[in-house]
Amino acid sequence: MSRITLKVNSRTHTVDVDSSTPLLYVLRNDLGLQSPRFGCGLGQCGACTVIVGGNAVRSCVTRAFTIKSEITTLEGLAKPGTLHPLQQAWIDEQVPQCGFCQTGQILNAKVLLDRNANPTDEQIREWMAGNLCRCMTYYRIQAAIRRAAKTMADARLGSGTEVSA
Amino acid sequence: MTAFTKIPKQVEDAMERWSGTTSRRDFLKNSGLLVVSFGTAAMAKASPLVPWSVAQTVAAEGAGPYPDPDFRQLDSWIVIHENSTATFYVGKTDGGQGTGTAFRQMMCDELDIAFDQTDLIMGATDLTVDQGGSGGSDGIERDGWPMRRVAAEARRVLLEMASDLFKMPVDQLAVADGVISVKADPSRKVSYGELIGGRRFNVTMTGQNINATTGKATVKPVQDLKIVGQSLPRYDIPPKVDGSQKWAVGATAPGMVHARNVRPPFAGAKLVSIDASSVAGLPGFIRVVNKGNYLAVVCEREEQAIAASRQLKVEWQKPATPPFPSSEDLYQYMRSASPTSSSRPDVVGNPDAVMARAAKVIEAEYEVPFQGHTALGPAHGMADPSGGQMTIYSNDMKSYGLRRGVASFLGMPRDRVRVVWMEGPQLYGRTAADDAGFEAAYLAKEIGRPVRMQWMRHEETAWDVKGPAYTFKLRGGLDAQGRLLALEYDARSADYNHIGYNDPDTVLIAQLMGRRPAAPAAGSARTPSEMYVIPNRRVTTHVVGLPLVWESPLRVGNLRDPNGPQVTFAGESFIDELAAAAKADPVEFRLKLLTADSSDDEEFKRTRSIAVIKAAAAEYGWDTRPSPKPVGKGPILTGRGISYCYRGRTVVAEIAEVEVNRETGHVWVKRFVCAHDCGLVINPGGLRRTIEGNLLYGLSRALHEEVQFDTEKVTSVDWRTHPTLTHADTPARIDVVVVNADPNPKRPDLPHYGAGEPSCKPTIAAVANAIYDATGVRIRRVPFRDERVLATLEAAHEAS
Repeated sequence: MSRITLKVNSRTHTVDVDSSTPLLYVLRNDLGLQSPRFGCGLGQCGACTVIVGGNAVRSCVTRAFTIKSEITTLEGLAKPGTLHPLQQAWIDEQVPQCGFCQTGQILNAKVLLDRNANPTDEQIREWMAGNLCRCMTYYRIQAAIRRAAKTMADARLGSGTEVSA
Repeated sequence: MTAFTKIPKQVEDAMERWSGTTSRRDFLKNSGLLVVSFGTAAMAKASPLVPWSVAQTVAAEGAGPYPDPDFRQLDSWIVIHENSTATFYVGKTDGGQGTGTAFRQMMCDELDIAFDQTDLIMGATDLTVDQGGSGGSDGIERDGWPMRRVAAEARRVLLEMASDLFKMPVDQLAVADGVISVKADPSRKVSYGELIGGRRFNVTMTGQNINATTGKATVKPVQDLKIVGQSLPRYDIPPKVDGSQKWAVGATAPGMVHARNVRPPFAGAKLVSIDASSVAGLPGFIRVVNKGNYLAVVCEREEQAIAASRQLKVEWQKPATPPFPSSEDLYQYMRSASPTSSSRPDVVGNPDAVMARAAKVIEAEYEVPFQGHTALGPAHGMADPSGGQMTIYSNDMKSYGLRRGVASFLGMPRDRVRVVWMEGPQLYGRTAADDAGFEAAYLAKEIGRPVRMQWMRHEETAWDVKGPAYTFKLRGGLDAQGRLLALEYDARSADYNHIGYNDPDTVLIAQLMGRRPAAPAAGSARTPSEMYVIPNRRVTTHVVGLPLVWESPLRVGNLRDPNGPQVTFAGESFIDELAAAAKADPVEFRLKLLTADSSDDEEFKRTRSIAVIKAAAAEYGWDTRPSPKPVGKGPILTGRGISYCYRGRTVVAEIAEVEVNRETGHVWVKRFVCAHDCGLVINPGGLRRTIEGNLLYGLSRALHEEVQFDTEKVTSVDWRTHPTLTHADTPARIDVVVVNADPNPKRPDLPHYGAGEPSCKPTIAAVANAIYDATGVRIRRVPFRDERVLATLEAAHEAS
């Protein structure tokens, strides 16, 4: 066992786990964060996605001790009591069915919009292709990403500043 | 209002140890909404009802027994709180299609209370009446009726109470949003909370069974429903989007440990020996649990259990004979196997004689592989044996069945077992959630501590329950004018030993332990659901078994619909082939078969079928012409195909517009149109999204899904070896047309039919028909992966 210090959603935690422990189990079972979920353990489905240093990371195949940057999970995407424009768009479009995969969908979309504020339909389809949904809500997810991109663009025009989450 | 699932305090505490989200109790306290638990015996004696915190203390102490809530008691369904909010309790589960929201809408309308003043608890066996959980797309169609009637009864009782209070006859009173007022003097008013808040109705209703539950009140005519018919947002979506949702997969309890299964590496393998020393020194190791061929490891931490399950040394003995043919050889096997059962041919007219003199006879065979549930989150369950009880936290859609099955399996009285249904990954049919729930309960009893079981991806994909593979042979005889005179349909389904829901003899753990019911379930092969009038027809069906009947990863059971996508693929592909042979437009050909005779239009299915097909064609902008269209130049070919069916009493027609890349074989459905008649629509927005999901689910089965296996084991073990639809496949446009083709669409008792599954049924055929329209090549084996489409195109090119 070894002590690992992680900064997650602006809070610092120290846990004592085996060095081979995937980040997913530390987040879920030690820190009680339920939004990253086990889907495959192989990095194939995206249900365990978290954001680390601006990148969408698959926490099921990432060892906790390799993480040096701050981790953002869905719980920490927006300030408490507020919603990120993507989360609002997800509600407005009534995206989720069972909702199990939506953590990864939202966080991967966040990274997409951070890098490309106005993606084309083709770019959305391509960027999101690794986040699987067995309820098949893809059509609505894509609509929600377009909606959020527009909301965020409008906000930038309105305020003249970058929208921060 | 926020969404929640009722969970005992100790579980909630454990889950919220670190997350810092608003707890249900805090929420209730802050909102002034006191939810009460009266389902337990302790609570049932309490009147007036005790507040939530007391109820939860009882639950936390592991109190029991847990008798079934009495469906004839109005208090089992509806509780009115002092602040005039209400909690509804229903025995259903919501797989993510918004039925919970729809149930609330129906009950709010009958009770005359605002939607946002209500909450809903579902599928907790000690708190909600046994409506069976979910399945069969019948939640709205069947179970919505007792919900409407009990809510109407509550409204009637409240009106009588107000009548006593005001000394006015009921017909002099008005109700709106939970407030009853005197019509002549609206200043005289009383709220539901003031009338009964926090107290019991103590009203006994009647009804031979739960579906027949009724009080004295009658439900409102459709014209008076105000909340039904609105696209209200689903209450369960905000917590799924902000990270606050509680999931079965996250259920924890003090002292909980983690378990993982170790499956036989070969189908039908026998466990010879276990070397427990291979894992005994691992950190957190607790126990290897073994009985028969069932094997699991239990450790303190989750990653430890995973490591131990991989490291455990086990000797297995392969079976003497192969358990099944390889998936390559499956259809050949199915065609040549002796059926385990065959239906008596269903014959209309004289198909043999008419076929013999037909101007044109065409014949085709179709093949559909085993396809699995392959839930995004592998099967899981958490079982807590505290206090001599067994509480199982599960997303199993049939929580009541899980409770009955586990009680029987463990030899516990049913009232010592309860199942708390919680949200989980997609549950459409007999998923492995059943199996994981049993395994968690068995291990919890063995270990004497709460046990959380979760399957790994390879287990879920290889070992979950499969929809049956099918082979079909169809023949049709046309006259010189292209009219369909005779049709023969012969189907073979690999459905022997059909696994039931939560059956203590056939769940996987029972099979692996060597338990067997007297005989395997016979299974069935189905026939397409359409209303074509064909004067001469013969329909035969057969069930075939695979060599390995028990302990097989190729377990068959209900997968979404459960046989509709397969049989509709064959039936509606062949109708298209007949239309092409007759050089007729596919829509017109179908409409002629539906209008040929209208004398026996049971439930107006034929009338409604015609309306739905026409609506789909109109929405799409269908150009009337035979298929295929002249093959274009360039690598991308485009085409459109239609398919139609009904399921239960719901009628669906779908049109797919495809692009086929003839250089790669890649198929992209660019646009879907779906026309859908499910009678009275409760929530149009929810219906639309359910249909969108169904269309893409059908598309996934059309394009990607196939369980593959060699002669020893299933080789589909992850998302690479068992691909599914992705974002990249998503159509650019989906149009949904809601049709109400009831002959009397304004009738006050217009029924609400099911919508959970019907629209996934015609999709495979619509795509196949569109591929034919685009390329002139018929693809008769599912799925239409790039390499298969390319090979089929090339073979057709060489043949021509």
